[in-house]
Amino acid sequence: MNTHTTLVRLCLAAVALAASAIPVKASVTISGSGATFPAPLYLRWASDFKKTAPDATVNYQGVGSGAGVKDFLSGLTDFGASDVAMSDAEIAKAGGNVLLLPATAGTIVLAYNIPGIEAGLKLSRDAYIGILLGTVKTWNDPLIAKNNADLKLPNLPITVVSRSDGSGTTAVFTSHLDAVSADFKTKVGSGKSVTWPVGVAGKGNDGVTALIKQTPGAIGYVEFGYAANNKLTAAALQNKAGNFITPTIESGATTLASVNLPENFRAFITDPEGANDYPIATFTWLLVKKNYASADKAAAVKAFVTYGLTTGQTVAPELGYITLPDSVAKKVLAALETVK
Amino acid sequence: MGVTSIPVGSQRPIIREYRPRTDFFKGACLLASLATVLLLAFILGEILINAWPAIHKFGFGFITGVQWSPNREVFGVLPVLIGTAASSFLALLLALPLGLAIALFLSEDFLPGPIRQVIRFVIELLAAIPSVVYGLWGIFVVVPLVQQYGAILADKLGFLPIFQGPAYGNSLLTASLVLALMVLPTITAISRAALVAVPYPLREGAYALGSTRWETILRVILPTAASGIVAASILAFGRAMGETMAVAMLIGNSQRLSSSLLAPSNTLSALLANQFAEADGIQVNALMYAAALLVLMTLAVNMVGEAILRYTQKSTAGLR
Repeated sequence: MNTHTTLVRLCLAAVALAASAIPVKASVTISGSGATFPAPLYLRWASDFKKTAPDATVNYQGVGSGAGVKDFLSGLTDFGASDVAMSDAEIAKAGGNVLLLPATAGTIVLAYNIPGIEAGLKLSRDAYIGILLGTVKTWNDPLIAKNNADLKLPNLPITVVSRSDGSGTTAVFTSHLDAVSADFKTKVGSGKSVTWPVGVAGKGNDGVTALIKQTPGAIGYVEFGYAANNKLTAAALQNKAGNFITPTIESGATTLASVNLPENFRAFITDPEGANDYPIATFTWLLVKKNYASADKAAAVKAFVTYGLTTGQTVAPELGYITLPDSVAKKVLAALETVK
Repeated sequence: MGVTSIPVGSQRPIIREYRPRTDFFKGACLLASLATVLLLAFILGEILINAWPAIHKFGFGFITGVQWSPNREVFGVLPVLIGTAASSFLALLLALPLGLAIALFLSEDFLPGPIRQVIRFVIELLAAIPSVVYGLWGIFVVVPLVQQYGAILADKLGFLPIFQGPAYGNSLLTASLVLALMVLPTITAISRAALVAVPYPLREGAYALGSTRWETILRVILPTAASGIVAASILAFGRAMGETMAVAMLIGNSQRLSSSLLAPSNTLSALLANQFAEADGIQVNALMYAAALLVLMTLAVNMVGEAILRYTQKSTAGLR
């Protein structure tokens, strides 16, 4: 009972504080669209934000990074979201009236389905590049077995599962592979939609997840959050320093902590160097205008993003996302202040 | 007798004099049909306008190219064209004998009428199942089956190019099997209608000449209904070619050229559904080019169908 009242009081205090800190005028609706990968988090923010600022409504649609940028550029939305930030050409199209703000981050994992192996698979750089290029064909290949002496790997063909649709996830994943292997760079290359030399493809993170779950011998790349929510097992990957790192929120945060963000916040982590860094991680960006036509909208966007960068960060781990390092969040908040 | 007689000349004539005036109904019909034609022209025009940059840039090489790599702006759809034709053809190959057998069974008096009605209703109900449900059913039922038996096929018959391993669950064969089921009601319903329409005296004549039931079916009824059966096959082929959702869920979405039925493949409609949302720049034009090719293929199939239909109608004209 006592704790209950304290809790209620705390909540009330928080609401009062939030209400005083966020000057949102009478009912304003802001809409955004973009990346599907952070969509669950943004939707959570939107519904939580509504509680602190009842007059502001935030609509977010996970339509994909490319479509999000297009919608933002054509003025259909008040803010956008993209896993690959924006290219210089796209920024030019916006007339420079755009800020790229890292809002959260995530890792991409190689999830597998090998009957009899519940956890603990380690993949060296040669092994996962070989698998994805189709040169390593079965799970008991010496290249895989070398680092997994404790596992009994079956003589099962490997089915590589990739994305059939254009995707920021693919772009981040392939840019890592490009950085790691010259062979991959010449044969496949990086981008939102590439041609994989082997395997099958599914639409969206969920399509890939379903294919992995259903196919014995499958391995595919999905966002950490999807893998965690769907109870997929992910392989420990060898990083640049040579250590095998299991994908967790902590190892992802370690990777992010070592990133040096440039002035425009557009930093791609292709191959982090830290000894304990998980090798494939990425920021994901919110795209906001520097100058809004309506002051109400500007205030609402600022309030929403501020909420996401402060209170919103605490819910990130439970949904499988990585909390932004404090130093990054501070810099982003400072940049957000310039929005008018 | 029961009709009250009206004195002649005591009433005005009931039928009014015909006076020509503006025929609004005719005008409305003309407008509606013109609108349909214009709409089609508009869609085609829009596709071609958007496809033009790609047509201009890639030309014929787009059709003969075997690589589809949007990240390198290399676009070739030959594997996808082959996948489209192969999956539809295979589906037809599987569904036609089955559908025709069902249609025959339901049009002859093998079973009492009410039971035939029930079977017919159930088969036509297959057409009412949404595509995505077929896709899900395929994922949970057909994919594991193909994976399991495909591996055996690849093991025993792998020397044949069409059964070359490794066997995938999401493959051309899986998509074709589900497509076959999806086009089955089309084939059955139209073939049955054609078989029922065969004039009864023809059967009686055949029996009177001493034919057995099977001789009558094979020599008289089937040839007479041939045009309807061909029409059914073409409609089914067209439907299989345009089918998107279930195929995208089952075919494996790979743009690699492969001779094996057990390898993943792709179709034009699945490619469009998968890549359109996130495409930008020249990729949009390339996808529009692919869409134009799909329209062209459907048109070609319909024209061939029409030609076959006319030919068979002519050759069986004497029987009617």
